[in-house]
Amino acid sequence: MSNPDPVDIFRIEAAELLEQMEQGLLDLEHRLDDRTLVDAVFRALHTLKGSGAMFGFDRLAAFTHHCETAFDRVRKGLAEATPELVSAVLDARDHMRALVEDPSGDHADEERYLLERLQAAVSGAAPLPVASPADGPVAAAVPASPTTWCIRFSLPENTLVNGTNPLSFLDELRAMGECRVVADRSALPPLEKLDPTALYLAWEVTLTTDRSRADIEDVFLFVMDDMTLTIEAQADSASTPEPGPSATISADGPLAIATEPSPDRPAPEATARPANDTADPRLRRKVESVRVPAERLDELMDRVGELVIVQSRLQQIAATSSDMGLRTVSEEMERLCSELRVTMMVLRMVPVATLFDRYRRLVHDLQRDTGKKIELSTDGESTEMDKTVIERLADPLVHLVRNAADHGLEPAEARAAAGKPEAGSIRLSARQTGGEVIISVTDDGRGIDRARVRTKAEAAGLIQPGTTIADQDLLQLIFQPGFSTASSVTNLSGRGVGMDVVKKAIESLHGSIDLTSRPGEGSTVSLRIPLTLAIIDGLLVRVGEGHYVIPLPAVEECIEISQEEDLRSRGRAFLSLRDTLVPFIRLRELFATSTKPDPYQKMVVVSTGDEHVGLIVDQIIGHHQTVIKSMSKLHEDVTAFSGATILGDGSVALILDVANLISLGQEQEAQLRAIA
Amino acid sequence: MTASILTVDDSMSVRMTTRIALTGAGYKVTEAVDGLDGLNKARATRFDVVITDLNMPNMDGLRMIEEFRRLPNQIGVPILFLTTESDAALKGRAKAAGATGWLVKPFEPDQLVRLVQKVLAK
Repeated sequence: MSNPDPVDIFRIEAAELLEQMEQGLLDLEHRLDDRTLVDAVFRALHTLKGSGAMFGFDRLAAFTHHCETAFDRVRKGLAEATPELVSAVLDARDHMRALVEDPSGDHADEERYLLERLQAAVSGAAPLPVASPADGPVAAAVPASPTTWCIRFSLPENTLVNGTNPLSFLDELRAMGECRVVADRSALPPLEKLDPTALYLAWEVTLTTDRSRADIEDVFLFVMDDMTLTIEAQADSASTPEPGPSATISADGPLAIATEPSPDRPAPEATARPANDTADPRLRRKVESVRVPAERLDELMDRVGELVIVQSRLQQIAATSSDMGLRTVSEEMERLCSELRVTMMVLRMVPVATLFDRYRRLVHDLQRDTGKKIELSTDGESTEMDKTVIERLADPLVHLVRNAADHGLEPAEARAAAGKPEAGSIRLSARQTGGEVIISVTDDGRGIDRARVRTKAEAAGLIQPGTTIADQDLLQLIFQPGFSTASSVTNLSGRGVGMDVVKKAIESLHGSIDLTSRPGEGSTVSLRIPLTLAIIDGLLVRVGEGHYVIPLPAVEECIEISQEEDLRSRGRAFLSLRDTLVPFIRLRELFATSTKPDPYQKMVVVSTGDEHVGLIVDQIIGHHQTVIKSMSKLHEDVTAFSGATILGDGSVALILDVANLISLGQEQEAQLRAIA
Repeated sequence: MTASILTVDDSMSVRMTTRIALTGAGYKVTEAVDGLDGLNKARATRFDVVITDLNMPNMDGLRMIEEFRRLPNQIGVPILFLTTESDAALKGRAKAAGATGWLVKPFEPDQLVRLVQKVLAK
């Protein structure tokens, strides 16, 4: 495996830093005097600048540097954090992202504008020059002819403790030319007072070299401001191009050396260029291409999937074998596979917070664009989901949040008239139930105008004028292709993407979408998304001769039904379970099984959240790690199954779609109740 | 014997570049992601050189350097810090905390290697 390209790593990292910066700024907007937030934003700016320069993103580094300088005033308490500042830095952040993505573009005007805004926001700041990576003189030192120098230096006592070895200075000086070293031991205390970790020596060095004074000073770079150092050109030396025969190094003088370009340390411009050249072709690649690690995870996931299938074959063979050794190995293998699978899952899981956080910026921008005050709240951010699933949810959610802000929430006057708080609320929430995560977007706006939906649907030919239609079905029309309730296409929601696209996206994740709305009170769009797409824990059951898998997270309990109970319940579709009526479905009937039923029928109670349904099967075989294979196009209308899997003996078992079976059961129950 | 170097930086890209440069020059590199991590690693093993960023979450470089200097197993180990600005005050503070030297970002791999050679006692 080859090493990943550091430039790619930088891009990923830059994206994270920009994300942190954005979150920090958005928080800061609400808590303007929170020092930790100011520090966090500053740190992100600072790191971005530093790493940017390391990887040849000079424009980014220069631009970020100016932002950092401005922001530093806030950090130092010289300027106050204001909403204007936050907004200016947010826009500057967007520009930084552009610079990461396209470092070669021409951005001078935009940068000038952004920096002017920043400067205005930290009023009183010294004028910020426009970013220019080429800034900084490249003063080439003139090489000198050999000179003899007399160098005297002494170091502080704690030099050794702080990791400096004075011998290394002598070595470096010796490497420059002919050298004579004399140690000055005059400060050495008597043995009983000597601290073995302290330094008491000083040195006098006579050096003949063609290197410049700056080069000699460079040797002492790190200790310059703590030490005494004199460097004198000997009177008898051939020529002395250096100005001034003697110079005592002052505390502030040498500091410049550390940063000033010298022949040994070329100017940043010069050092950065080669890196830039080599990186160039890669820079044109989109940021997506750096997500190689995620793809590798997918590969790994596939292998684990295969392994699980092989393992279940082994298990089946072992189960019928009397070889204890084989059985032990098989059990061990099962445990390892199961652990491996869990590890694999956890690797791919990320908290929903990473998804929700993106919408804070969106809402910030939506406030500006709609002129509505919007408060975004979130809950259940720690709910975890597969990374791929989360990424594929990002766009549909953008659309839902936009919709809520644009169509859902009323303008301030209308809200005031309705007696609602001025700021509209959009709530993002996530929770896990069984093997699914339910993500919902709720607004407290006007709700969906049924009359308008009807008019639109009739106009679009989706329903016949005057048809009676249940409220829930009417709302579902919104998900039909070509449906849009906004009479004029606004900048926000009407981007040619309708709710049908959202629905498609969710269904491609094996999820479902649901809409509830109360006129005048608001709407909720709920997305039910399976936790993962690849492997689930299943309960293997037999109905007639067929094997089926019930996703284990949905299973509540398994009960054996006695023959009497079985007979008693014939003709009815629910059973009393601990004083609750549980509707059930006889899978034998549903699947039209013709073989003789087992004498003792079993009921598996499944649930999604609050709704329970019993599934009556012939035999419960047991736990089965299930690698999900999706069904072919031909079978995509089959509602009772969500996929298929291959069993250890190579035969196929269908995976029951619990959500659908539950709604079927609930319908049955409702019908029966209606009759009763 | 191969000198072993501890690099402490919250930026993965910087850690990676330093690692490539240093392992390329034949050093053994241990990485830490912030001051706290660095300190914990230093408690367990003695290093020949430490290279650290200053601006980091959890524990910043200055704090780490101070704490590091109190570790009995790390007396006299050179500590280099990476800094982006040529801010005299910051350097002064890092020195006061016990740092040996610094390197201004951006830097070239050779510069880093030369610097490590500089502070590594023969």
